[in-house]
Amino acid sequence: MNYVIIGNSVAAVGAIRGIRGVDEQGNITVISRERHIAYGRPLISYLLGGLITEKRMAYLPEDFYEKNRVNLLLDAEVVGVDSARKQVKLAAGDTIGFDKLLIATGGDPFVPPIEGLAGKDRIFTFTTWDDAEKLKGIAADMERVVVIGGGLIGLKAAEGIHLLGKQISIVELADRILSAAFDRPAGRVVAKKMKANGIDVITEDTVVRIEGDGARISGVTLKSGDYIPCDTVVVAIGVRPAAGFLKGSKVEVNRGIVVNDTMETSVKGIYAAGDVAEASDFFSGQKNPMPIWPDAYIQGDVAGTAMAGGKKSYSGGLAMNSIELFKVPTISMGITNPVEPKEFDILTYQDAENYQYRKIVLQENRLVGAVLVGQVDRAGIFSGLIREKVDVTPFKEQLLDPDFGFIHLTKEIRSTLFAPYGKVA
Amino acid sequence: MKRIYTIEDACIGCHLCEVGCITEHSQSKDPIRAFLHEQVRSISRCTVEELDGGVISLSTTCRHCDEPDCLRACISGAIQKNDAGVVRIDTEQCVGCWSCVMACPYGAVQRNLAKKKANKCDLCPDRKSPACVDACPNRALVYKEGSQK
Repeated sequence: MNYVIIGNSVAAVGAIRGIRGVDEQGNITVISRERHIAYGRPLISYLLGGLITEKRMAYLPEDFYEKNRVNLLLDAEVVGVDSARKQVKLAAGDTIGFDKLLIATGGDPFVPPIEGLAGKDRIFTFTTWDDAEKLKGIAADMERVVVIGGGLIGLKAAEGIHLLGKQISIVELADRILSAAFDRPAGRVVAKKMKANGIDVITEDTVVRIEGDGARISGVTLKSGDYIPCDTVVVAIGVRPAAGFLKGSKVEVNRGIVVNDTMETSVKGIYAAGDVAEASDFFSGQKNPMPIWPDAYIQGDVAGTAMAGGKKSYSGGLAMNSIELFKVPTISMGITNPVEPKEFDILTYQDAENYQYRKIVLQENRLVGAVLVGQVDRAGIFSGLIREKVDVTPFKEQLLDPDFGFIHLTKEIRSTLFAPYGKVA
Repeated sequence: MKRIYTIEDACIGCHLCEVGCITEHSQSKDPIRAFLHEQVRSISRCTVEELDGGVISLSTTCRHCDEPDCLRACISGAIQKNDAGVVRIDTEQCVGCWSCVMACPYGAVQRNLAKKKANKCDLCPDRKSPACVDACPNRALVYKEGSQK
């Protein structure tokens, strides 16, 4: 059996382990357009800010590829997939045959056509190790940076650049930063901390023009008419599934590559996992791209297992993010900001002075979402309650308590989780 | 594999499992030094929960899951499961992002704020049986073969 995996990040790693859990013999080939072995992609902001060295970028134990007998092709870009002939075509011209194919190419940063952007030198995106290296490379003569987009990538880029001692403005179109994961109070708490660190956070505005002569940037003009002088721009508006090379392959691509609950695409034998895939959502069951690290691993594992003939099924993507910004830890999960709040029961606790905020979102006595800012310990208990759809009625009053734990649940649940089996002498 | 299980009805809430754990993960492995003299006190990997002033109590700890949510959430690769099934954190590699804290449904990963590293049960590699189990005066903690729950 020949397994080919396009992409070499967390979904690919989950898939390699998934395949090897079932099939120890088959050949696994991993093709990556990057020149690095699998690395902790979210660590690029730590690398940029000098918090970690390159040595710690490696995501896997040194012997991983050898131990799992993976044939690794780095710096190789796939430009086409021929589903009928079961071949992938590389940019260099050669083709590689497969019996089972996994597409785990992740996302490509989206750069909108902003006036004045074309031809400028210092326009960056921030999703790869090389992006961090490039930014670091020009750090010496970088002074003021504008980050377009106040989502996860934008904020982490801003934090890294801030650690280099540069001045930063973040421009976000929504009414708050991290609008996808946070509600307004949580966004405000974090924005407050960022402002206290000298970062300029501008919301409900956007960059309409990049100013400067030739390749040099002198500043940006905002929709509001404001002008921010800067020499470097980081575009962090979002990512789009990196599925362009599938044109003509018969693999169905909607907002991402559409997959079923075993991560198989519309073409038999071809699977997709991670940020490139459009899998079902935990709550609604609807297909939805979910660019979440742990989810990418799980999808990869499900896909790898299925490719090797094993049985595993995806239980649906549950959004969750743990982000520490300027020493304020935050964890959010599930539905944090319901569109129809009336259908939900929402509990909150706020102490903005001390950067503390807790929010619990319930629907029909089931936990469906949580936001924790500041005190984030044991947040995972909430993710368990969400996934297991536990009726929280008996302990609803305790959910906001920072010491909330298993002791507040029923004894039955505690025994199920922690008690020994059978008789204990 | 062998795992640590809790018999809630036998727990008296004495917290000696935590004392044993902190001591085992200290530099000196001596309780007095670990608690009073070492500059940074280590973190207990087990958590005693209490209610009604201790009428109900139990010690919770890592399940060393077959498919660990902490490992899947770890962005740095610091969390790995070894061939014996033990899930460990390489604290050198950990960047303190708390993704494991977010993901673990057992609430079994601790934040070590002094070091900005995540800590979790390592099943005491230097001992025959884990320190928490040995420290429990009431045998409310047992270390035996069993599956993840």
